[in-house]
Amino acid sequence: MTASIDLATSLDTRFEIGGREFRSRLMVGTGKYATNAQMLAAIEASGAEVVTVAVRRVDLDRTKDEGILYHLDPQRYMLLANTAGCFAIDDTIRYARLGRAAGFNEWVKLEVIGDQQTLLPDAAATIEATRVLAAEGFKVMAYTNDDLISALRLEDAGAVCVMPLASPIGSGLGMLNEFAIRTIKHRLGVPVIVDAGVGTASDAAIVMEQGVDGVLMNTGIAAATDPVRMATAMRLAVDAGRLAYLAGRMPRREVAVPSSPTTGMLDP
Amino acid sequence: MTTPLVHEPSTLALTVNGDRRSVPPGTSLSAYLASLELDPRMVVIEHNRTILRDRDAYASLILLDGDVLEIVHFVGGG
Repeated sequence: MTASIDLATSLDTRFEIGGREFRSRLMVGTGKYATNAQMLAAIEASGAEVVTVAVRRVDLDRTKDEGILYHLDPQRYMLLANTAGCFAIDDTIRYARLGRAAGFNEWVKLEVIGDQQTLLPDAAATIEATRVLAAEGFKVMAYTNDDLISALRLEDAGAVCVMPLASPIGSGLGMLNEFAIRTIKHRLGVPVIVDAGVGTASDAAIVMEQGVDGVLMNTGIAAATDPVRMATAMRLAVDAGRLAYLAGRMPRREVAVPSSPTTGMLDP
Repeated sequence: MTTPLVHEPSTLALTVNGDRRSVPPGTSLSAYLASLELDPRMVVIEHNRTILRDRDAYASLILLDGDVLEIVHFVGGG
């Protein structure tokens, strides 16, 4: 008799951030797609519930339907406004408030960028902005470096979730510091969602194998040759990585250990 | 001969998303959005650095000369 694995139960897919329950551990961005139809198909294939959006000026000489709300159903997806592109605390807070005024929710994916070339986050500014926004009732998901101390400070400042990077935004370099990510996950009380740097499915699996609660990506899907297929691969990889984490991997050894019996061999 | 009256401007100058725009005096924010063919539910407005959280108040907000508007919306992003 073969034991059957019920994927629905062996994957503990439900988890909570800031008092809200989520099913999918994969969150996706909506930028850089060739067409809106492609974006929608990729999001659908990813199984994501949470999709990030940016706040930008309306082009007053626009084509009429360029806003993403004409394409994404806010009843179906949780829209998570980001503060991408902000370098100063005041700007970041302004963008967060504008995002909230759209009227969908109190959540913000907080980014304060510290350097134009690497787009690495300014942890000190992010901590300060988190403090201000949390006091205003925002549910702050705070993007940060793979650094334990800034992650701890963000939790103290009131972040509902801390989002350390795997590697720089849009780099596709995958997980650069597994140890740091595991340490952050181990020490924080709030959920940890790795954000940025995932380039392909194996990267997503490696992220999830560290035991983090989820992963957020945009370019890894949108910049693939076939984004819809890559979104599917990412969905499967996030599940595979989560399942592998729950299963508990074997110890690493520097020497070989035979898999087959060493007894019962024939005489030479 | 009468003394010239103080000239009533026929248009008001606004700064909208960084651009100079003009509107007739007495234009409400909701009328201005309509003139731009913008659906108020799809945008967020910042009026002289104050974010307007109540869309029902747009009709009673009369734009004044020198007002600065930012009209933003959600676009694709990561």
